[in-house]
Amino acid sequence: MDAKKAPVEDWTTDFDHTHPDYAANAHQIWDDLREECPIAHSDRFGGMWMPTRHEDIAAIAANKDGLYTSRGVVVSEVRPDIPAPIGYAPPITSDPPFHAPARKLLLGPFAPRKVQALEPFTREYCHSLVDAALETSNEQGWFDAAIGYSQNIPVKVIAQMLGLPAEDGPVFRRFIHNIIENPVQREIPEEETVEWYFDQQIAKRKANPKPPGEGDLIDHLLNVEIFGEALAPEHVRGTVVLLLVAGIDTTWSSIGSAIWHLAQHPNDLARFRDDPEVRPFAVEEFLRAYAPVTMARMVAEDHELQGCPMKKDDWLLLPFPAGNRDPEAFEDADKFVIDRQKNRHGAFGLGIHRCLGSNLARMELSVALDVFVDRIRDFSLVDPANVRFSTGQIRGPRELPVSVKTNV
Amino acid sequence: MKINYNRELCQGHNRCYMLAPEIFDVDDEGYAVLKIEGEIPAELHDKAQLCVDNCPEYAIEIAE
Repeated sequence: MDAKKAPVEDWTTDFDHTHPDYAANAHQIWDDLREECPIAHSDRFGGMWMPTRHEDIAAIAANKDGLYTSRGVVVSEVRPDIPAPIGYAPPITSDPPFHAPARKLLLGPFAPRKVQALEPFTREYCHSLVDAALETSNEQGWFDAAIGYSQNIPVKVIAQMLGLPAEDGPVFRRFIHNIIENPVQREIPEEETVEWYFDQQIAKRKANPKPPGEGDLIDHLLNVEIFGEALAPEHVRGTVVLLLVAGIDTTWSSIGSAIWHLAQHPNDLARFRDDPEVRPFAVEEFLRAYAPVTMARMVAEDHELQGCPMKKDDWLLLPFPAGNRDPEAFEDADKFVIDRQKNRHGAFGLGIHRCLGSNLARMELSVALDVFVDRIRDFSLVDPANVRFSTGQIRGPRELPVSVKTNV
Repeated sequence: MKINYNRELCQGHNRCYMLAPEIFDVDDEGYAVLKIEGEIPAELHDKAQLCVDNCPEYAIEIAE
């Protein structure tokens, strides 16, 4: 077990996004901070800030004056030591001018038409998961929609894209827990680190190189060039770590949150099930209302932001999910409106770092919900108290026991 | 009704392309491409408005 967190007395001056109380009450905490604060501070993790208004979050993401750096995007006790503008995991940790060319290398493989080609594979896999879930449900009267469904889908898809064995899923989830969900200092044997894992994968591909345009995404990174040269080994590895880590618990959280919502709102479930035209709007509303990802930046130079003294190397959380619930930016921001027509949500971030995998994530979320609802029809939570949400910068259900109703 | 689309602001969220493929296509890097430079046909006015109202980057506007 990880160390117990000190209790939070005051969320405006001592917030902790890795605290179980935050996981349990995030929406209320954001609403309170937005009204009272609206930029919270904490001395934890060596000093960090958290704006909660959509306008402030968007302005920081836009970073017009270069006051912030993406060198660090996951808040931890230690400041990342790989300097800007490249950072540990390009392009998410990269700043201009390195960012755009590093991102360009990846835009093609994640563009809508490329992603669309993975839909049949994803759909078939979702069906196989539902088959197994229904079997479990028949045996014990319930199944876990996070453990038995949502957490498996992005693992399968990104493993396919990266050419990794899908049975390594549990290993990937451990990497993610250590990197994102609970980034504390730990002693890990070298062979259990994400770096070691991918060094082996990269070495295997280098020994058997593929012509350009063939092979998996790791082969692609070994074939492309930046500024006329092959990518540095650390660049390849960092990007592959990024593609694995960023693609899994985020989408898994999103699918899980949507199922969690539908399990508790029979009217929304019936509408989603019976009205195919509402589904694309519902998917965007799930993304808005239950956006999983809070990004982070670091302060690049001392400055004052609305009276807050930002110091170089302070962390700055960008809670896009809180911005998505700002009543200044969204009508009925605290309500789930299944056919919301005006929805400029920032679930995938805003500005130059817009989630590279957003088309993939949206496809996975849509397909996962289609299959789940079309097959299972009607379901509810076994007990709301049995649902457990993740801590840290990615928010979503990690345990989600649901029972199937068979009368529909 | 015409549409102003600002490619400089577009970050490739692809919301417009999903909502109105009649009006927006998408290029190989995932950036929006406006298909109708001139007058938007009346039957697509609602969809054009949806594109405006769902662009997270405010890259799309209606020009009367």
